[in-house]
Amino acid sequence: MWQLTIPEIGHFALILALGVSLIQGIIPLVGAQQGRQEWIMLARPATQISFALLAIAFGVLTWSFYVNDFSVLYVAEHSNALLPTVYRIGAVWGGHEGSLLLWIFLLTGWAFAVAQLSKTLDEFMIARVLSVLGLIASGLLLFVLATSNPFERLLPAAQDGRSLNPLLQDPGLVFHPPMLYMGYVGFSVAFAFAIASLLSGKLDAAWARWSRPWTTTAWIFLTLGIALGSWWAYYELGWGGWWFWDPVENASFMPWLIGTALLHSLAVTEKRGGFKNWTVLLAIIAFSMSLLGTFLVRSGVLTSVHAFATDPRRGIFILILLTLVVGSSLLLYALRAPKSTLGGAFALMSRETFILLGNVFLVVASGSVLLGTLYPLLIDSLNLGKISVGPPYFNAVFVPIMIPVLFLLAVGPWANWKSTSLNQLVKRLWGAAVVAFVAAILIPRMMGEFTLLTGLGFLLSFWIIASGVLQIVRQVRVGKPTGSFIGMQLGHIGIAVFVIGVTMVGAYQEEKDVRMAPNDTVMVGGYQIRLMDVGPAQGPNYQATRGNFEVSRHGNVERILSPEKRNYDSSAMPMTEAAIDAGFTRDIYVSLGEPLDNHAWAVRVYYKPFVDWIWGGCLLMALGGLFAVMDKRYRLRIKN
Amino acid sequence: MIKQLLISIFICSVASASLANEAAPLAQDPIVEQRLIAISEEMRCLVCQNESLAGSRSDLAQDLRREIREQIQQGKSDQQIREFMVERYGDFVLYRPPVKPLTWVLWIGPFVLLLGGLIALLLYVRRRNTAAPKIPLSDLDNQRIDELLREEK
Amino acid sequence: MKAKFIIPLILFVVLIGFLLVGLNRDPHEVPSPLINKPAPAFNVPQLAKPTVSFSPEQMKGQVWILNVWASWCIACREEHPMLIELGKANVAPLIGLDYKDKRPDAIAMLAERGNPYLLSAFDADGRVGINYGVYGVPETYIIDKAGVIRFKQIGPITPEILEKLIYPTIAKLKSE
Repeated sequence: MWQLTIPEIGHFALILALGVSLIQGIIPLVGAQQGRQEWIMLARPATQISFALLAIAFGVLTWSFYVNDFSVLYVAEHSNALLPTVYRIGAVWGGHEGSLLLWIFLLTGWAFAVAQLSKTLDEFMIARVLSVLGLIASGLLLFVLATSNPFERLLPAAQDGRSLNPLLQDPGLVFHPPMLYMGYVGFSVAFAFAIASLLSGKLDAAWARWSRPWTTTAWIFLTLGIALGSWWAYYELGWGGWWFWDPVENASFMPWLIGTALLHSLAVTEKRGGFKNWTVLLAIIAFSMSLLGTFLVRSGVLTSVHAFATDPRRGIFILILLTLVVGSSLLLYALRAPKSTLGGAFALMSRETFILLGNVFLVVASGSVLLGTLYPLLIDSLNLGKISVGPPYFNAVFVPIMIPVLFLLAVGPWANWKSTSLNQLVKRLWGAAVVAFVAAILIPRMMGEFTLLTGLGFLLSFWIIASGVLQIVRQVRVGKPTGSFIGMQLGHIGIAVFVIGVTMVGAYQEEKDVRMAPNDTVMVGGYQIRLMDVGPAQGPNYQATRGNFEVSRHGNVERILSPEKRNYDSSAMPMTEAAIDAGFTRDIYVSLGEPLDNHAWAVRVYYKPFVDWIWGGCLLMALGGLFAVMDKRYRLRIKN
Repeated sequence: MIKQLLISIFICSVASASLANEAAPLAQDPIVEQRLIAISEEMRCLVCQNESLAGSRSDLAQDLRREIREQIQQGKSDQQIREFMVERYGDFVLYRPPVKPLTWVLWIGPFVLLLGGLIALLLYVRRRNTAAPKIPLSDLDNQRIDELLREEK
Repeated sequence: MKAKFIIPLILFVVLIGFLLVGLNRDPHEVPSPLINKPAPAFNVPQLAKPTVSFSPEQMKGQVWILNVWASWCIACREEHPMLIELGKANVAPLIGLDYKDKRPDAIAMLAERGNPYLLSAFDADGRVGINYGVYGVPETYIIDKAGVIRFKQIGPITPEILEKLIYPTIAKLKSE
C-alpha cells in the first residue's frame, strides 16, 4: 500500500524544493542589493529547508531501491531482485536520473554546511553566497523535473528489474561517484563566494580567506574521486590500464587542474591580497568546468564508455543552464573585476611569481585537455570531417607541460614572499639536485634499463621529495609545523610518489599472454605463476568459471589468485574479474581469458611494479589537503 | 625391495615435476605481436564506445588485428599499415591525429597558449614592479614577515 | 586595460556555439573515405551457388547497389522490407554481401523473409567487408557505371532515406 505513495512523496519533495530554491535564489540576492534586512534573513532557513527536502527525495529513491520497488521506472531499469543490497544502494546513482539527484542533494548539502558554519560571516555576504547556490539548485531541479524525473512510475510494475551493468556491480561503484560529485559540486561554493564578492564590489582578501577551506575540502574529494575511478578501472576492466583520457575522465580532470591552480592562487590572495581578479576568474572557471563536464557526459555529444544514455532534450537543457550560469558570471566578471585594487607588489623572483607561473602551466594543461577533448566536435561542427583525439595526443602534449610544474613544486616553497634571491634558492636546493640526479641515474639501472623518460621521472620525483625533506627538517628545527605546512609537504610529496608509480609501471611492467593448462607455469617479474585448476563457481547473481593460480617466488608459495569469468543472470555479456595480489612494491595481476582446446585457457598475467604508488600518491595529496583544512586558523573561526 | 620402492617414487616425482610446463605464449610470434599491440593501441575500435583496437574483444577488432598481424608478417611498415586502415575507415580510426593543416591548431595550440601565458605573466609582473617601489628586504625580515603572516587571523 | 576582462566571456560564447552545433551531430557516425573512390575489387563465391563467383567487375557499365547484411544482424531485419521494396522498384540491380555468416542460416533467412537480391556474394571471413570499411552492418553502397562508390548508408535504410537519398541518387547516377 505504501508503495503507492512513497515515490510520490519524493517527487513532491522535489517540487517543493524547486519552489524553496527559487525563493532562496532570488529574495536574499535582491535583498542584499537593496539592503533589505528581512529578505536577507531568509537565506539560511531557505537553505536548511532545501537540504531537508532533498534529503527526503534522495532518501525516498534509496528506499525504493532497497525494497525493490519496481513500480518506479528508474529502479526497474537499474536494479534487480537478485542484486546484493550494497549494489542496490550503489545503483541509486548508476544512471542519469539518480546521479543527477545525487548531484543536487550534495549541492544542497554543501549549501547547508556553508549556512551552518558561517555564523561570523557578514550577513550580506552569506545571503549572496547562499542565493547563488540556490539559483544553481533551482536550475538543476527544473532540469530534473522537466526531463529526468527519477520518480517516474512504471505501471503496471515490472516483476523484476533489468539489473545493473555487471561492470558497475563493484565496491568502487558505491564510492566513486559520490566522492567525485562531492568534489565537482563543492567547487560551487568557491564559485558562489566569487560571485558574491563581485556583486558586493568588495574584492578583498577576506573572501579568499573564507573560500579557502571550502575549496580545499572540495579539492580533497575530487582528488579521491578521480583516484578511486582510476583504481576501479584498473582492477575491474581487466586490461591493467589506469587512465585512458576518455572524455568523461577528462571532464573530471579539468576541474581538478583548475582547482589546484585555484588553491594556490587563493593562498596568495589571502596572504598578500594579490591576484584577486585572477583568483575570482579561476573560481568561476573551476565550477564552469564542473558544469561543462556534466554537460559532456549526459548530452551525447562525445563518444565515451562512461556516457549516460542520452536524449537530445536533456542536452539542450543542460546547455542552456550552462550558458546562463557561466555566461552571466563571466559577464559579471567583465563588468566588476576592473574595479578591484591591486595587492602588494612583488618582484620577478618571488614566491608569488612561482605560484603564478605554476598557475599558468596548470591552466594551459587544462586548456590542452579541453582542446583535445572537444577538437573532434569542433571539426565535425565545421563540417570538416571526423577525427579522433586519443591517448597518444594527450600524453604527447600534457606531459611536457607538466614537467615545469613538477620542477617548480620543489622550488616554490623555498622562495620568500615579495622577493627572493636566486643565490639563496640555489644554496637551499643544491643538495636536493644532487639527490635527484643520483636517483635519476641509479634507479633505472637497478630496475632494468635507463631511458630518458624514466630518468626524467625519477629526477623530478626525487627532486621534489628531497626538497620536501629538507624543508621539513628546517621547519622542525624552527618550531612546530602548522597544518598548512604539513599539508603542503604531503601534497607535494604525494605528487612525487604518484610520478614514481607512473614511471615505474610505465617503464618496467611485464605482461605475458599465454596458453595455460593445469600445472603449467609462467614467469613474470621474478614470480612463478602456476595454474592449479579451473572449475565452476557460483555468486549471488552470477555463474562463473574460476581459475586458481599459485603465485610463488624463490620456491615459496606466496598467494593463491582466483580470477573468474562471470556470466551474470541478468545480462548477456560475460565479464572478466581479474585477480590481483597487491603489494607495496608491486601488483601481480592475473586475468582469465577464453577457453582453448585440451583443457587449456588463455591467461594474461602482469607484473606491475609500484603501481599502487599511483593511488597512494593521490591519497597523500588528499591527506595533505585535510591537514591544510584543519589548520588552527580555520578551527578558531568555526568555534566562534 | 625398499630400494625399488624409493626408486619408483623418485621416478614418479620427477615425472610429475616435468609435467609442470612453461606456458607457451598465445601469440605465434611475440615480436610481431608486440608491434601489433603498439600499432593497434593507437587505433580506435570502431564498434566500441571508445576502446582501442588493441584491447577490444569485439569481432571486428579481432578481424582487424588479424589483418594487421598478416600485414606485419608480410613486412609492411607501420606507416603503410596506418594508411591501409585510414583508406578504409578514415582519420577517425587513428587515436593519434595526423599532423596536417586540419590539426595544426590541435597540435600547436597548447604551446601557443603556453607561450602566450608566459609572456602575459612576464608583462604583468614587470608592470606591477614599476607601479610600486621595491624595498629590498633581508632574509631575516622575510622570515619574520612569514611568521607574522602565519599567525595573522 | 578594461577590454581584456571580456575575453573569457567571448571565448565561452564561441565554445557554446560549437557545443550547440555538436548537439545535432552523431559522434558515432563515421563518413566513409571511400566515397568517390573505385569500389575495391573482390572475387568471392555466391551464397546460393558456391561454385559461381561474383566480382564488382561484372557490374561495370551499370549503376548498382551493394547491401551488406547478415542473418545474425538484428538491424538488418528492420531494413529488410525496404530492401524488398527497393528490389521490386527495379531501378538498379541490388546485390547482397553476406558478411561473416553461415550459409545455412543466411539461406534460411532469405527463404523466410524474402530475397530482394539479384544475388548475394558470400564474404565468409569478413575481408571484403574490411576493404569496404564496413563496421556496422547493415551498410549500403551505391556504385556508378564506372565502378566508383558514390554513396554509402551506414545503418538500416528507412523509408525516408529510401525516398530522399537512395532513389534520387540512383536517378542522378543513371543520367550521367
